[in-house]
Amino acid sequence: MKETIDRIFHDNYLRKIKIEKRIVTFWQIVLFLLFLSLWEIASRLHLIDPLLFSSPTKVSSLLYEKVLDGSMLNALQVTLFETVLGFIIGTVLGIILASILWSSVRLAKIADPYLVIFNAMPKVALGPIIIVAFGPGYLSIIMMGAIISVIITTLVVYSAFNEVDPNYEKVLKSFGATRRQCFKEAIFPATLPTMISTLKVNVGLSWVGVIVGEFLVSNKGLGYLIIYGFQVFDFTLVMSSLVVIALLAAIMYKIVEKLESWLIKHTA
Amino acid sequence: MTFLTLDKVSHYYFSTSGYTKALDDISLSIEEGEFVSIIGPSGCGKSTILSIIARLMKQTEGEITLKKESLMNSPLNIGYMLQQDYLFPWKTIMANILLGPKVSNNITENTISQARKLLDEVNLKHTEHDYPSELSGGMRQRVALVRTLIKNPEILLFDEPFSALDYVTKLKLENLVAKMMKTYNKTAILVTHDLGEAISMSDRIFLMDATPGKIIKTFFVPKELREEEPFFVRRHPKYQALFDEVWQHLNKEKGMTLHERND
Repeated sequence: MKETIDRIFHDNYLRKIKIEKRIVTFWQIVLFLLFLSLWEIASRLHLIDPLLFSSPTKVSSLLYEKVLDGSMLNALQVTLFETVLGFIIGTVLGIILASILWSSVRLAKIADPYLVIFNAMPKVALGPIIIVAFGPGYLSIIMMGAIISVIITTLVVYSAFNEVDPNYEKVLKSFGATRRQCFKEAIFPATLPTMISTLKVNVGLSWVGVIVGEFLVSNKGLGYLIIYGFQVFDFTLVMSSLVVIALLAAIMYKIVEKLESWLIKHTA
Repeated sequence: MTFLTLDKVSHYYFSTSGYTKALDDISLSIEEGEFVSIIGPSGCGKSTILSIIARLMKQTEGEITLKKESLMNSPLNIGYMLQQDYLFPWKTIMANILLGPKVSNNITENTISQARKLLDEVNLKHTEHDYPSELSGGMRQRVALVRTLIKNPEILLFDEPFSALDYVTKLKLENLVAKMMKTYNKTAILVTHDLGEAISMSDRIFLMDATPGKIIKTFFVPKELREEEPFFVRRHPKYQALFDEVWQHLNKEKGMTLHERND
């Protein structure tokens, strides 16, 4: 008898959570539909210039068309490839640089002003130089995606290395561990959660780098479609590309988030 | 035979604004299998002594010898236990225990079975595959003890290892540590701010004074107390007399309160 009462309480609790979740989802959908219909209506009534701001129906029909003829998929593949690669290179390189800095306190001190300047500089301003150095192609765009996140990753990860509780190192040193062993056994694993949260930031940054890179040199990809649409005044194309980018960026972010919770579960 | 000797050891801490003399001319020697405690006010350099013996840093002046060999050149292992367990949260209990052997690159079947045996001795056999977060504070400190013992250290250094625990757990752990030290005939140095703990666990107690840190008095714990388990020492008639004596000496030093903790 008592147990069934307990169960009822628990069921009530679960039901409440479910209802709350439904309310939130409901309003999220309402907001989305509201936005789409306002956009569509405003465009049809010429409250906004349909030539500049397009409309959801035009965007979706263009998207449909582009997906059918394969050109959107092609552009998407190119940009996604560049972004993922830029993201991975930027993150891995950043972590390697941070590790090198950690290995020598003196080196870190020497490098400090250079890192500060390089970090403060808007990396996309390096675009023309990168293109000259790596040629007008994939390589330049990938480098743009990487360079935009590498220094900030270095700085964040390096400061996380230094914030690891020194007592873990003490434990290892009392066993006679070398600095390298301390890094492998304590510093690096203790910093994994920080590294993963830099991944989340880097996903967004790499998109910026790659899109700007495509603006500058490419004749393929989503960034190219945007700049092309702008040049020929086809803003439906610009909007369509934006929608695809937003979707992709969100999906990538979610994947990294899943990776994060998986890794934290298996390391902490 | 003298096991560990500190001969005129001094230590300075330097900073850009000046220096502090943490240890001033410390000389002491410890016999094999002896359990000594160091007590004293905050900042008297108790922990500095342990850090130096643990080879985490080198003394500015003076000589330290372990088994007639200079400490820095000695290949012998030294165990060091901190105030908190500092188990690595991402490693299982077994992996934590095998940290020492892993660092010196000699994990063998033998070390693993030795680890299991020690874990069993502290009643934690069932936790081998658990993670530290699944264990209570007392259990974790027991694992930390096993992690220290697995390297078979010549000497064990305890830097207030029980101070973060609740009272009951602390008493139980005192008994366990005392028993393990006797069983394996280990030499041990305990730094503590708890007089009762020092008296109940040690054979000898060094009282230190601060700025600069030096040893001002040595107390010998009577034989009757040394042979008892820590928990029963606290109830022994001779316990109170020694406690009062140490207490008086502590309070003779000006500006000293017992509530202050070692940093």
